[in-house]
Amino acid sequence: MVDAYTVSEITVYIRRLFELDEGLQDVWVEGEVSNMTRASSGHWYFTIKDAEAQLKCAMWRSSAERQSFVPRNGDAVAVHGRVSVYEPRGEYQLYADRLRPRGAGDLYQQFEQLKRTLEAEGLFDEERKRPIPVFPHQIGIVTSPEAAAFQDVQNVLRRRFPLAQLILSPTLVQGADAPPMIVAALERLNARTQVDAILLVRGGGSIEDLWAFNDERVARAVAASRIPVITGVGHETDFTIVDFVSDLRAPTPSAAAELVTPNIDDLRADLRDRETYLRDLITDHLAGLRGDLSVAQRTLGHLSPAGRIRILRQRVDDWNARLLNRQREHFSRLRERLESRQAALAAANPASILARGYAIVSLSEDGRRLSGAEGVKPGTGITVQFHDGDLKARVEDKESHERYKRTLF
Amino acid sequence: MNAINELSFEAAFEELETIIARLESGELSLDDSVSLFERGRSLSEHCQALLDKAELRVSQLTDDSPA
Repeated sequence: MVDAYTVSEITVYIRRLFELDEGLQDVWVEGEVSNMTRASSGHWYFTIKDAEAQLKCAMWRSSAERQSFVPRNGDAVAVHGRVSVYEPRGEYQLYADRLRPRGAGDLYQQFEQLKRTLEAEGLFDEERKRPIPVFPHQIGIVTSPEAAAFQDVQNVLRRRFPLAQLILSPTLVQGADAPPMIVAALERLNARTQVDAILLVRGGGSIEDLWAFNDERVARAVAASRIPVITGVGHETDFTIVDFVSDLRAPTPSAAAELVTPNIDDLRADLRDRETYLRDLITDHLAGLRGDLSVAQRTLGHLSPAGRIRILRQRVDDWNARLLNRQREHFSRLRERLESRQAALAAANPASILARGYAIVSLSEDGRRLSGAEGVKPGTGITVQFHDGDLKARVEDKESHERYKRTLF
Repeated sequence: MNAINELSFEAAFEELETIIARLESGELSLDDSVSLFERGRSLSEHCQALLDKAELRVSQLTDDSPA
């Protein structure tokens, strides 16, 4: 029996052979793309081939996200990466990390070189990105007056935010003269103090057409701009150096115009909401004041002298009643005393004494009333007065007694 | 306060926000709150009017524009 490898062992062994070969770990391969698949995971799987052979390629999401263009089947491309073995299938493949259209090799190297340089300088840092004003009053636009992009931007602004003033700073947008012209156009707008935002836009085109936007001078001018710059260059899948440097990257010129402006319909709705809210606020405020007022009125009511006056008045009424009672009592006491005196007086009336059977005796000659026997001699004429008539009489005898010292009168 | 008719949209909108904030605070006299409300409403109308009559103005700088 010879010692046999397991499949896994031999596959690992083969993989190590690939990986030990430095030439295979840093290699560019040119070919035509086929079977291009963008997996939902974000990884790309494709094959590159020429007339005689094909090579499977995989690019992980982390690399795929950084690519400036998405290859399509049939594209001639150059792929950079390392060749290794995918053990579960026993297949060797190219693990790609960079990809560029074939023929654009020099440009791509320039692009990558400049991108690395500017990134290292911190020009792509998020902290450098300035906020885009909510209501841009003056919007500068750097593009070609003839470009469809210029029309697209105007259309969007007319529809969304016609309050804005659009200031075109014209320039060529492709060709060798374009970069310095773009720089000058940016500087012209920066010299105007009232410009709130700058749109740097160009419609779609080939990678060569867009090349001015990968120019270092343009990139540095965008970075140096005092005014926030929004880029909209080419199509969704086109990334240029200025997109990394600008404050905001829009996928297209129209999108750039949208990102820099509020929508007039939203504004109208917003204003209506604010007006309603304002009305609610004042209504609430007035209701609050009214509430405060009624509380104050109630408090004032409690503090009012009216209650006190009522109490005092009641007390006065009370005293009045007591006074009247006292007076009545006093009068009735007086009346009682008067009546008893009147009774006594009536009792003392001589007429009533006579009526009880007593008589008044007086001297007949001068009518002097006699209150006793003393001094009266026998033979003296006297008048005895009864209640019903007088008797003329003469005193016959006189005898004195001590028993009655007092007479009635 | 500036005459409302002379205010730009941004300025009018900003003042409207300030007025709303002040009314929200509630610490206002009756006179102040009513006049703020009136001004707020005028500002809002002014903003609407500006939107209604707005027309995009497009101008072009030339190479010899003062830099």
